[in-house]
Amino acid sequence: MSGTTLDDYTGRYASRVHGMAQSEIRALFSVASRPEVVSLAGGNPYTAALPMDELGEMFTRLLSQVGAEALGYCPGQGSVALREALCGVLELSGIRASADDLVLTTGAQQGLDLLARTFLDPGDIVLAEGPTYVGALGAFQAAQADVRHLPMDDEGLIPAGLEEGLAAIAREGRRAKFLYTIPTYQNPAGVTLTEERREEILAIAERHGLLIIEDDPYSMISFDGTPPAPLRARAERGVIYLGTVSKIFAAGLRLGWVLAPPAVRDKLLLAIEASILCPSGLTQEATLRFLTEMEWRQQVKVFNTLYRDRRDALLAALGDYMPDGMTWTVPGGGLFIWATLPDGLDSKAMLPRALQERVAYVPGTGFYADGNGRREMRLNFSTQTAEVIREGVRRLAGVVASDIELRDTFAEGGA
Amino acid sequence: MKEGAAAADIRVLILAGGMSYEHEVSLKSGRRAADALQRLGFACYTRDLDGELLPALQEFPPDVVLPLVHGQPGEDGSLQAVLELLGLPIVGTGSTGARRAWNKIAAKDLLRTAGIPTPDWTSMPRQAFSDFGARKLLDRIAAKMGLPLVVKPNSGGSGLGVHAVHKEDDFPSAMMGCFSYSDTALIESFVEGRDIAVGVIDLGDGPVALPPVEIAPLHGDYDYAARYNPGATRWTVPAALSEPVAARTAELALEVHRTLGLGDMSRVDLIVDDAGGIQVLEANVAPGTTETSLLPMAIEAAGLDFGEVLATMVRQALART
Repeated sequence: MSGTTLDDYTGRYASRVHGMAQSEIRALFSVASRPEVVSLAGGNPYTAALPMDELGEMFTRLLSQVGAEALGYCPGQGSVALREALCGVLELSGIRASADDLVLTTGAQQGLDLLARTFLDPGDIVLAEGPTYVGALGAFQAAQADVRHLPMDDEGLIPAGLEEGLAAIAREGRRAKFLYTIPTYQNPAGVTLTEERREEILAIAERHGLLIIEDDPYSMISFDGTPPAPLRARAERGVIYLGTVSKIFAAGLRLGWVLAPPAVRDKLLLAIEASILCPSGLTQEATLRFLTEMEWRQQVKVFNTLYRDRRDALLAALGDYMPDGMTWTVPGGGLFIWATLPDGLDSKAMLPRALQERVAYVPGTGFYADGNGRREMRLNFSTQTAEVIREGVRRLAGVVASDIELRDTFAEGGA
Repeated sequence: MKEGAAAADIRVLILAGGMSYEHEVSLKSGRRAADALQRLGFACYTRDLDGELLPALQEFPPDVVLPLVHGQPGEDGSLQAVLELLGLPIVGTGSTGARRAWNKIAAKDLLRTAGIPTPDWTSMPRQAFSDFGARKLLDRIAAKMGLPLVVKPNSGGSGLGVHAVHKEDDFPSAMMGCFSYSDTALIESFVEGRDIAVGVIDLGDGPVALPPVEIAPLHGDYDYAARYNPGATRWTVPAALSEPVAARTAELALEVHRTLGLGDMSRVDLIVDDAGGIQVLEANVAPGTTETSLLPMAIEAAGLDFGEVLATMVRQALART
């Protein structure tokens, strides 16, 4: 037998899959799911807080009343009734939309994929906050885009940073295809773009003819009052808006939507039909009933109360246990806190030690397209109880302290 | 339960998963082994390690256990010791041999005492660097051993935490990377040469070496990504070695297997330099059986069926009781 790479298809793959490979981080996360590990690495909404009995009855009614239709194919754009109901949801955030302008997708993630396919050629420049949502990076990188990060602070994306980014691209004689942003309770950073900056960012985008893709999964997951209205509520032109029921209802239903101008909408529709024919009818019908028959806004309050307590527990534990030099954001909503390790520490290198102490987090590098993020980490507070979160932070603080010691030992060693 | 029982009457428990970073690799190894044994009709089931394992084993004892848990506690001998306490027959190496092979530094001591060539090394616990000063210690190690060096965690596999040091500036970060996985570092002289792995199996007539496998990562080192992504490494079985060199790798692998007291199956990793000189790096008692693992590749290259080999080992384990 001569040499083999155990992959007979090497010469046949599309260039966009080159570089897609399993890394050791994947190996480490397989341990993070073990029950003895306190995982602050998750990203799941706490679906156990849903009224399962009531949902069970709803699903039973659904199947007996419209089961045949719900289990068949449906129009590519999705059901009109649900799109109308979703327009009602959007109105609560100040967004005026017509049901005709919504395209229902299999989670907002599919919306990102469709937008990437619709707008991006290999090498095209995409602007995004640094750090940004790892799933968006996946979609843009699969389209072979050149993602350029823009700086953020506690008030979100920095307008001057956007100006500078655009100027740098112009100096290359190029243009960015769009700006991808999560203005409210950003994933992973947890920060929110302020009222003033929203207007500034829109003004800059308008001046430069820059298309904005606004991803807004978290704005209803709010703990300290209502966040500023979405960008799309302020500008009907120049903003494509992505929404989802993953955080207000159930991520497992995989239902999201894209609100886009008619010309873009028509292209997305063709793309979705080529991709999946149509979104799941069962999911759409369940979501419609959740929004029209159930006390969904009450349910969102239940989630928010639960998450607020858990966020507070995480913040309190960080304050109580973490050594000097460690910093973190204070999110007003969403599911995540973004923490920065003391100088000279590396969150990726530290992960095996953390897992040994039975605590997990997501190292920051996954949220950047350019290798940054080594000092940073994302901590989730939606999936564990306050007590478990506290215990997880206590363990993590011990690991950080031990890494500081290791850093000091080897800094003396001439690192 | 008798050795000659029908396969369907033999309950084989495959233990896979575990608490180490090789959890997922182990699950893959377990699935592949389970599939191979099920095809041959064995009543095979797979289970992860957890707090309920002991009561489950006591309540429904399997006839044979095939531990394929990588890392701790699957390879360090503790899982084997627990199974021995319960009186359950094990496929593979017992607790004593596993303990010897797991501790890379102790294993190298045994190999050198037995006259088996292995690269020069020193070992250093994390604590020593803060006690004696990292700079002084690293300078001394570099001066004494020369560069390049390879820094490895004293225990563990899949290339995790292994770093080559080509210049002194790389030393501190290599040490820190190593201490992510173990509190003791094995610092070994880097031997330039071809990476060769030799599987050893024992089908009842004593240990036999399988054809050597040459490992050539297409880009960079044979790290985690190169090991587990099809297409990232070229494996050649049998390795293109001259007959005397190939024979010597086989001989050395068998000597390692015997010296460390390994059983049923093992994998010995070696380096063959341009002059045909051979150095033994380490031995593994729970070699991977995933689709990119070396042992099943070598078994097939020897003209044997992976499932049949496992089946024979299962029956041998039964006969040992």
